[in-house]
Amino acid sequence: MAGEMMTGNLAAAWGARLADVDYVPAFPITPQTEIVEALAKWCESGVMAARFVTLDSEHSMMTAAGAAAATGARVFTATSSQGLLYAMEVLYSISGWRTPLVLVNVSRALAAPITLESDHNDVLAARDSGFLQIHAETCQEVLDSILMAYRIAEDERVMLPVIVNLDGFYLSFTREPVILPDPEQVKQFLPPFQPAHLGFKASSPHALGVAVLGGVTYSYFRHQMHLASFNALAVHQEAAADFARIFGRRYDFLEGYRLDGAEDVLVMTNAFASKGKAAVDAARAEGRRVGLLRLRVIRPWPADAICQALRGRRAVAVLDQNLSPGQGGILFQEIAASLYHEPVRPRALCSFIGGLGGKNISEGEFRAIFEQTAEAGVRGKGMGPVLLYTKTEHREMTELQMLAAGPIAGS
Amino acid sequence: MAWQRETFKKIKQIPREEHVLPGTTLCAGCGGLEALRLAAKVLGDDVLYVNAAGCFTMLAAYPFTPFKGSWLYTTMGSAPAGAQGVRDALDVLIAKGRLSKEEDLKVVVLGGDGSTYDMALSSTSGAVARKLDFYYFCYDNEAYGNTGMQLSPATPYGARTVTSPCSLQHPAGATQEKKDIFELWRAHKPPYIATVAPRYPLDLEEKFARAAKFTGPKLFLALSACPTGWLYDPGETPEVAKLAVETGLWPLKEAINGDVTHTYIPKRKPVEEYLKLQGRFRHLFEPTVQTDVIAHIQSRVTTYWERVKQTEQGA
Repeated sequence: MAGEMMTGNLAAAWGARLADVDYVPAFPITPQTEIVEALAKWCESGVMAARFVTLDSEHSMMTAAGAAAATGARVFTATSSQGLLYAMEVLYSISGWRTPLVLVNVSRALAAPITLESDHNDVLAARDSGFLQIHAETCQEVLDSILMAYRIAEDERVMLPVIVNLDGFYLSFTREPVILPDPEQVKQFLPPFQPAHLGFKASSPHALGVAVLGGVTYSYFRHQMHLASFNALAVHQEAAADFARIFGRRYDFLEGYRLDGAEDVLVMTNAFASKGKAAVDAARAEGRRVGLLRLRVIRPWPADAICQALRGRRAVAVLDQNLSPGQGGILFQEIAASLYHEPVRPRALCSFIGGLGGKNISEGEFRAIFEQTAEAGVRGKGMGPVLLYTKTEHREMTELQMLAAGPIAGS
Repeated sequence: MAWQRETFKKIKQIPREEHVLPGTTLCAGCGGLEALRLAAKVLGDDVLYVNAAGCFTMLAAYPFTPFKGSWLYTTMGSAPAGAQGVRDALDVLIAKGRLSKEEDLKVVVLGGDGSTYDMALSSTSGAVARKLDFYYFCYDNEAYGNTGMQLSPATPYGARTVTSPCSLQHPAGATQEKKDIFELWRAHKPPYIATVAPRYPLDLEEKFARAAKFTGPKLFLALSACPTGWLYDPGETPEVAKLAVETGLWPLKEAINGDVTHTYIPKRKPVEEYLKLQGRFRHLFEPTVQTDVIAHIQSRVTTYWERVKQTEQGA
């Protein structure tokens, strides 16, 4: 495969560079920091015609990002985990302002306990913010999705910000071959940002984010966001077609892997889907008729495409790399809701929780998922949520607990 | 040498044109709005107001705005960061030729004391340290006013608020001292800081005119006499604002690159004259006079001005 070896983080920085952004408000946080380091260097050297500013927090960073986009600049920024949650109220403001910008989130599990490695409770906490969400599996997809994200966000039918998500460590620090798109071709794909309705200037004063009283006005504007988010489905497909025509790589809402003839389907997102695909290959080699469906566009939720991919299957397992305590897997709930109206919905839906805090999902665990999902399909009754946790891991945890507790009194 | 006004010597020199139009939903007699109205006479219309949550958030209520300029509501904690984004974007767009210089705007943060003294300290500190070219206008009514007068870090000792009631344990009401935001700002050495009061329009206009000469952060702390929260008749706002200054409780001053000058030296009437006008201090006088509390307030004022006399020769 052609291309330069680079990390997911560097691929994200290249996405911003090729998109010719005007402004990069930044704040460091592991595992995202490499992105803003690269951008700072490029802005300083002049290879990027953008202003780079380090803010005092992610909350300020997102405010500056939205305000600059509202003024008419093309804006890129990036964060992770605690930073995303620290900025959370601002995400709702930015989408409410209807300002398109791209935020890369490098997924990292949330405290407490404090950790650095990946899961998706951070990005899914922003699920209802009005930001569109694209979740990437490879470094190439990170770069390409950022270019697509600007095209979709800035379309006047959409005018909403986009989060492009990649997994911390597994993708952020993993080097893969990435083909850098030709800048002239990027210009062909992504026209300059010339928003008709945005931009503070002396000749056309306007007020943005104003107070509304009573629910009538509020409901109207919130529903406009909802409709605009759905508009992004058609806009995404137009962008995907143009992207494929210009760059030869095609991205859809979903990626089906060996779905032909698959009785049972495993649903995953992000970088661990690569592990899932390898597990599908292994299971297929053993004669199991299984496939994988990777969700790529999470907002807007592509319900029709999901139903089309999953209808008529014997059983579907959703592997959530997140946990809503007291409920279970977040994406499981959404898949289940989408399938409810299907006349030929799968006989069983199974919910698995895995990879929390970056915990590995082993081949054995995938095998167990396929076995239990098949049994559920035969039984006609779903299962879960089940936390993936091996005996070895449990033994290791018990030893750690004994160390933490210290010698037992009197012994 | 005493501080001299250079641009605004007579009241007739204040422009008659209005830039903050009447008919807003703010309370009658709002001292903060009066200060803003006066400030806007110097700031003009080529302005973007970046607002933090507070009373002034109700100025722009869909589908109305009292400004001929622009408005952006951000959050309670990050209006200065919003100013940073707008300022940077305007600079970049002008530099790249996508916006003409004539389209440029002054960026003005509008925040109350609740936002300014606590929640927005981080974003303000960041913006000032980055030497952001912007104005900060804090309307200080010494409590969380928009939520119904709860204790804020700007609430002075002895004031009664909903969350610092006069009680057996705390007969004074608020037992904290008002946080000195002027000195917190000054520690950052911005080119210009000033306190203003709406009853001293020439002093106020002069300070906005002087600030305009500086590139970088220009920070204003405006006394916002507040009939609704301080419990007095809205018609008495000019008198309350006047006595705040004349008792010495609200010093009018400026700091240029950190050097402080008091712009008006009051003869210092007794603080009782100011306190007695307001319901929030009534418990200091009824049913019994809390002489110790009043004496404490007076001694703080006296100490402050004695230090001024020592440090500012000839003042």
